[in-house]
Amino acid sequence: MNILVCVSKTPETTAKITFTSDNSEFNTNGVNFIMNPYDEWYALVRAIELKEQFGGEVTIVNVGPSENDSVIRKGLAIGADKAVRINAEPKSALETAHHIANFAKEGSFDAVFLGKETIDYNGSEVSAMVAELLDLPFVSFASKLEMEEESKAIITRDIEGGTEVIEVAPPFCISSAKGLAEQKIPNMRGIMMAKRKPLDVVEPDEVSAPLEVKEFSLPPEKGEVTLIDPEDMDELVRLLHEEAKVI
Amino acid sequence: MSVIVYAESHDGTFNKKAFEVVTYARKTADLLDTDCIALCHGADSPEQLGIYGAQKVVTLESDALEQFDAKTYTAAIAKAVEQLGGDTVILQHSANGKSIIGGLAAKLNCGSVSAVNQLPTNDSGFEVVKPVFSGKAFAKYSISSDQRVLSLMGNSIPPEEMGSEDVDVESLSLDLDAPKTKVVKVDKVKGEIPLPEAEIVVSAGRGMKGPDNWDIIEELADELGATTACSRPVADSGWRPHHEHVGQTGIAISPSLYLAIGISGAIQHLAGVNNSDTIVVINKDPEAPFFKAADYGVVADLFDVVPRLTEAIKRFKAS
Ligand SMILES: Cc1cc2nc3c(=O)[nH]c(=O)nc-3n(C[C@H](O)[C@H](O)[C@H](O)COP(=O)(O)OP(=O)(O)OC[C@H]3O[C@@H](n4cnc5c(N)ncnc54)[C@H](O)[C@@H]3O)c2cc1C
Ligand SMILES: Nc1ncnc2c1ncn2[C@@H]1O[C@H](COP(=O)(O)O)[C@@H](O)[C@H]1O
Repeated sequence: MNILVCVSKTPETTAKITFTSDNSEFNTNGVNFIMNPYDEWYALVRAIELKEQFGGEVTIVNVGPSENDSVIRKGLAIGADKAVRINAEPKSALETAHHIANFAKEGSFDAVFLGKETIDYNGSEVSAMVAELLDLPFVSFASKLEMEEESKAIITRDIEGGTEVIEVAPPFCISSAKGLAEQKIPNMRGIMMAKRKPLDVVEPDEVSAPLEVKEFSLPPEKGEVTLIDPEDMDELVRLLHEEAKVI
Repeated sequence: MSVIVYAESHDGTFNKKAFEVVTYARKTADLLDTDCIALCHGADSPEQLGIYGAQKVVTLESDALEQFDAKTYTAAIAKAVEQLGGDTVILQHSANGKSIIGGLAAKLNCGSVSAVNQLPTNDSGFEVVKPVFSGKAFAKYSISSDQRVLSLMGNSIPPEEMGSEDVDVESLSLDLDAPKTKVVKVDKVKGEIPLPEAEIVVSAGRGMKGPDNWDIIEELADELGATTACSRPVADSGWRPHHEHVGQTGIAISPSLYLAIGISGAIQHLAGVNNSDTIVVINKDPEAPFFKAADYGVVADLFDVVPRLTEAIKRFKAS
């Protein structure tokens, strides 16, 4: 089972979000970056488990600049066999997806795993795009994936207020959600081995951007909280009804 | 070129989110000076979409649409867009909508922006705003391609009665490939409104001390007709089911009322709930960070105050 795992780099969850003075770009000064949790904790770990079950190889791919190499090395330390970085800085999900698909077409992957969303742009777009561009069956929000044999996967998909169980035959593409695997912390041996695993850099094909970010803004400051006397819950109910108009 | 909106129905009925997206599409069509066509499949009363602004309703017909398969639905909508002549396609930002938007943008080879929460503008090109960095900021996107696909976050605009049931309903038979995925089972939590659709959410955290204390939360939720949620450590320790976990790594919600009980308000928790209209925080620690994000706060022991709040709501409902 050869699996391609798409990993992205995102600011740490506690990062302070600020922008450059003209609000056109995210200010990365002093921001720590991590591997997108859905890619690391779920997509990558489940891919490695399947490789352990059936043999084969796990390849990780990232579209981004050389600063991303440390995040990619972490993926190798967790247990991916090799990595590819496509040297581009896409402005849109569609460019990212084209780069990934162009690379994936060259290989022969039995499955492509992505995360359900990146926690910075919260797009939930790249996965379905990659599936479409590669013409693969697509199952989103996979929170469980079992394969008794290499020819069929049984996937639990999270939907509003419940789940669906779906059967699909490889090759297929999934977006990974919480539950798919348990987070794995790389050990010393993994970190040492990662240094010797291949990380290839490929130059991208030309793809055009259908959109761009014009401007960022911060949400308006919340006003002061109105504190309510704990003895007077009727007052809270009144405010929710008359002032907030939510009940 | 029309604005084409796909309104989801479940077991034949539309919910509020479907009406919201139709209203949003109609307002976008008015802005672009064109008409609004609504697509649906399997709905008992497709003409209802006319009430919320659709000027024509088209029901998609094909055996291949009997179960949800992302690629089949994507192909169906793409075909309808081509046949009906659409340049702007609008979906719901739901589990299914999120599974379609990317594929549709790839198929149409156009720009897409997911989870928009405001109407677009068209003064200097097509521009639209969405929350980014888990609600910690907003980004304004400018789409340069001829076509575009958007998905609308729930609870962003209220549904408005902009038309009537007296609307043209046509059916469109589509020739689609059979889906390559097979849905073998669907499990839905019974009785409750699913979290992403809930108007009122009562959420509790580690301040509850243990799984056996949730009665007071459930009673409050029942009284309010609310859905229950929880913080991540609560789900991780098995006190509550995983599908209740809200936040950056759980479900992101935007209800009209979010009550946070015994939750400290960590940044990752706030990331999933900060788009709620009104936030009420109950916490015994006046320094809890959640108070900074709250509209109303009660500094008290939750075990005292939650039952009292439930009683107050009962009195309010009786009056
Ligand atoms: C990468 C990452 C992702 C994360 N994603 C999420 C996420 O998606 N969602 C999420 O929720 N968390 C997430 N977290 C965890 C988050 O950082 C916090 O640890 C978590 O939200 C804390 O949960 P809590 O508020 O229930 O518990 P605590 O922080 O322990 O807070 C409990 C609160 O209850 C109050 N309290 C205690 N007893 C009482 C009482 N008797 N009456 C009233 N109040 C009382 C306390 O004052 C305290 O404020 C994430 C963390 C990381 C690192
Ligand atoms: N630059 C990138 N390089 C590789 N994979 C990516 C990149 N951006 C997004 N992805 C993948 O696409 C998923 C969904 O991203 P998004 O559509 O941006 O929410 C992520 O979880 C990753 O698996």
